[in-house]
Amino acid sequence: MTTTLTTDSTARLPGLIRRLTGDEKHAPSAHSTIDVLQVLYDRVLRVTPDTADDPERDRFLLSKGHGPAAYYAVLAAHGFIPDAWLDDLAGPESRLGHHPDRLLVPGVEIGSGSLGHGLGLAVGTALGLRAQGLHKPRVYVLLGDAELDEGSNHEAIAYAGATGLDSLTAVVIDNASASYGWAGGIASRFTVNGWTADTVDGRDHEALYAALTGHRPRHPHLVVARTESKG
Amino acid sequence: MTDMRTAFIDTATALLDEDPRTALVLADISVSQFAQVGHRYPDRVLNVGIREQMMIGVAGGLALTGLRPIAHSYATFLVDRAYEQIKLDLDHQGVGAVLVSIGASYDGSAEGRTHQSPGDVALFDSLGDGWTVRVPGHADEVAALLRTAATTDDPIYLRLSEQGNAVAYPDASRLRVLRRGGTDAPVVVAVGPMLDPTLAATEGMDVTVAYTHTPRPFDTRGLRALANTDVVLVEPYLAGTSSAVVSRALADLPHRLLALGVGQTDLRRYGDPADHARWHGLDADGLRRSISAFLGSVGG
Repeated sequence: MTTTLTTDSTARLPGLIRRLTGDEKHAPSAHSTIDVLQVLYDRVLRVTPDTADDPERDRFLLSKGHGPAAYYAVLAAHGFIPDAWLDDLAGPESRLGHHPDRLLVPGVEIGSGSLGHGLGLAVGTALGLRAQGLHKPRVYVLLGDAELDEGSNHEAIAYAGATGLDSLTAVVIDNASASYGWAGGIASRFTVNGWTADTVDGRDHEALYAALTGHRPRHPHLVVARTESKG
Repeated sequence: MTDMRTAFIDTATALLDEDPRTALVLADISVSQFAQVGHRYPDRVLNVGIREQMMIGVAGGLALTGLRPIAHSYATFLVDRAYEQIKLDLDHQGVGAVLVSIGASYDGSAEGRTHQSPGDVALFDSLGDGWTVRVPGHADEVAALLRTAATTDDPIYLRLSEQGNAVAYPDASRLRVLRRGGTDAPVVVAVGPMLDPTLAATEGMDVTVAYTHTPRPFDTRGLRALANTDVVLVEPYLAGTSSAVVSRALADLPHRLLALGVGQTDLRRYGDPADHARWHGLDADGLRRSISAFLGSVGG
């Protein structure tokens, strides 16, 4: 597939993440979400700081609000927030906390942290756009494999599949951190409910791009991005 | 006479017709009553099945896109069960919704504890001071309250019940005096469906009886204007729910407060709502006993 790089944040991300974490040892790949976020913001999402309030923008909802360093770094790399905000993560005057707050951070669509809220909000967002005749925007929501333990996700998985909510793409970062795993695989939970699904190497940008743009009509789409196990 | 639930269904249907910003989210409750309007606006009448967590999540998402969601179910499923969704998917996102419940404290007396929500208003208090809470006492108060709610983006809880008063007082967002006592008379505040039993209970007593269908925000200015030493609250949900609000409002005034309402204990009994009212001391006789004892207990 030929792709057009809209932006390339590769060169800037390591420095931005270091400003957040102060960690000189670990590469950006220590962050399980970094590659998905980079591909989304560099190449997939139709949203910029200038269109952050445009009803026609694509939405990205970070449901897995834990460890948002990679998210903040990508937002800074794309100009949603000033780089200087990265220097005081979770400080008393900081707008950036260990979980993001949409009222404090430009470009952040939802405040998250408590697991199992993003998918329901994403379904509502997709329904709200459809009800207003806004058919171009796509709604992406990023979850973790352990986050799927929360039952609220399964309410949304079943409903979105049954109703064919095809403007919705869920991305599950699978670093095998769920306490009891997902026997039979993560994708099957979605596909049995009518979703289409691609399971890819979560570090392979071309594979991620293909999966993140691989949705089909009349079905919500799932991307399982496999990364190294946390353990 | 139309009941509150029917008044809600009629008004919500009209709002869906009139205002393209209105969206309704259901979780299998009242779905058949909204079937016709749902055919007209399938994208704005959304039944998510028996999924109350997602019902509120969906309401939050709809509000994020600029729609005005109304979510509806039994209070215990809408509020108690989805409490964290109300806290995070609405409040923390900085968006509002109109939550419309039925069932109240013990409309579902025969169904048992699983269908009763005496603690719902207290739960909204735990979320901070953002929520407007409406507790109509008559079906004819419902339409105006819902219409007003639909024109804003505020978080609003509308608590409907099968219990109600003989007369509607639509204009009762603030304390409305329905019986005026003498200069130093105690003030008795009745919320929503507690008005009629309160009026019956205080018949012949020298008290001022004030009514409101809007316990949040509580009309503290009106209370200060009416209050002397003795204040009695009669609420159709957990006893004491408004005690803190009243105590703050009267903090600089010497006062005594009796807060009546539904008891804290799961009675584990069925029966009908009148039985529960009696067991909780919220029928006219029970209220009269409590209020008389309180007022008669003043030293001197």
